[in-house]
Amino acid sequence: MVDAANEPLLNVVNLEAWYGESHILHGVNFNVGKGEVVTLLGRNGAGKTTTLKSIMGMVAKRRGSVHFEGKETIDQPSNNIARAGIALCPEERGIFASLDVRENLLLPPVVRPGGLGLEQIFELFPNLKERLTSQGTKLSGGEQQMLAIARILRTGAPFLMLDEPTEGLAPVIIDQIGVTIRRLKERGFTILLVEQNFRFAASVADRYYVMEDGRIIDAFSAQNLEANMDKLHTYLGV
Amino acid sequence: MPTIFGMPPQVLFGQLSLGLINGSFYALLSLGLAVIFGMLNIVNFAHGAVYMMGAFCAYFLLNGIDLPIPWWMAGHFSLMNIHFGSHLSFWWALLLAPIIVGAIGMFLQRVLIARIAGLDHIYGLLLTFGLAAILQGLFQNQFGSSGLPYEIPDGLSGGHNLGFMFLPNYRAFVVGASIVVCFATWFVIERTKLGSYLRAATENPSLVRAFGINVPLMITLTYGFGVALAAFAGVLAAPIYQVRPLMGADLIIVVFAVVVIGGMGSILGSIVTGFGLGIVEGLTKVYYPQASGIVVFVIMAIVLLIKPTGLFGRAA
Ligand SMILES: Nc1ncnc2c1ncn2[C@@H]1O[C@H](COP(=O)(O)OP(=O)(O)O)[C@@H](O)[C@H]1O
Ligand SMILES: [Mg+2]
Repeated sequence: MVDAANEPLLNVVNLEAWYGESHILHGVNFNVGKGEVVTLLGRNGAGKTTTLKSIMGMVAKRRGSVHFEGKETIDQPSNNIARAGIALCPEERGIFASLDVRENLLLPPVVRPGGLGLEQIFELFPNLKERLTSQGTKLSGGEQQMLAIARILRTGAPFLMLDEPTEGLAPVIIDQIGVTIRRLKERGFTILLVEQNFRFAASVADRYYVMEDGRIIDAFSAQNLEANMDKLHTYLGV
Repeated sequence: MPTIFGMPPQVLFGQLSLGLINGSFYALLSLGLAVIFGMLNIVNFAHGAVYMMGAFCAYFLLNGIDLPIPWWMAGHFSLMNIHFGSHLSFWWALLLAPIIVGAIGMFLQRVLIARIAGLDHIYGLLLTFGLAAILQGLFQNQFGSSGLPYEIPDGLSGGHNLGFMFLPNYRAFVVGASIVVCFATWFVIERTKLGSYLRAATENPSLVRAFGINVPLMITLTYGFGVALAAFAGVLAAPIYQVRPLMGADLIIVVFAVVVIGGMGSILGSIVTGFGLGIVEGLTKVYYPQASGIVVFVIMAIVLLIKPTGLFGRAA
């Protein structure tokens, strides 16, 4: 397996998680180096979302170790983990219906200096500027996804976790999100991406991990993507 | 003498103002219930009891309180009543009682109500209903069932003759204070940053927490605030209805009907419905007094048939 070249920003060791009595993650191991874009691949139900939620502290029953910037966070509540500099863009986007676009955008508190200002955000997502007073869920799917990404860029968190940001979106919008992710990488953000859309992932990722049944079963770097294509098709069943 | 729909204006407006007074209490109490329901997802059956505690708190702040203090004497514990003197006016009570009762509420939320978070509604119902019974029982045990008098504050005695009716100053003050507090609450929830946290946490608390906001603390403060609103209403009620252990138990039944009519959890709905139903009740007293005790429940039944989520409620 390949690992982060430098000292990892995020290091996950033997992560286990439960929903009630169901044991979902059975010892997940991977890491993400500073400045990398790492993608978690895997079929529906493999445990990708649960992995992100466990890192974020949103799964009540979890075990193992998650080090962020060298500090253990597994025993912290999710509000402290957010304050430590990890930000989540959730599956289904999580736009609040009772908040307008501006309120949605300004909701997450700034946790560190160095986040994007509103001007920079509107430069990345010009559509949002026109829709500031609309109800959050009145936006199109693509705009909601942009809003969901935009609001965590304000916080200054250096580590972003994006859960299937292209799901259900039109190809033009997917391209736009790809451009955004590459720009964020240039700005020094570290990104953990969960994707089903393999072609999209290939356009942004430095490294890949493959999940199945709550475990990491394979890993390879972008350079070895071609060589692993056949295996990947089997893993993902496509 | 001129009449309006066959009623002398003195009678009509007199009852209307009484209706507005009742509506003020309905609005403050159902607003607190709505705020608590939104964040904690429980129907706070202790709400009538904390309203009563607000009124008693005002009474104690004015007259002092006798507290049984455990005492170690001659080799065993005994209880000794000790008088704590206090002569704080109505105005101090209006400020302090909501804070004191709100703090008691936050304590109860932390040690009891927090433990049933996420469980079926029936647990919240049983717990808060039990709390209400215990609190009311304690006060009944100590003060019996009859009312204690509480004077109308000095600056607000008397009234004005408006020509078509006589308006007691204190009643006008109660309606005004209630409108101001209700509107301020609505403003904070719907128009401020803090309010956006509240609204978002009502929708998806775990995501709001994952953005770095201390949602459990917000939940405790919200419960404290809802309880403080009820205590505020209790202080306002003390000079009108006297201070009785069961004053909240009687009122809260109607308030729950108001909440059902307005729609559970709607902020604006609870305010508008509270005042509206107070007025409807007042008018019923004028034109068909026999029905005044049940008109709210009849409206509740009709609303439930036509729009089960309530007039202002959103579908779940
Ligand atoms: N809230 C939940 N309660 C119980 N089981 C869940 C819950 N969320 C997900 N699961 C189960 O956990 C497993 C992993 O789900 P998930 O992490 O969402 O997978 P992925 O994101 O890879 O599609 C699935 O079997 C799913 O059914
Ligand atoms: Mg998923």
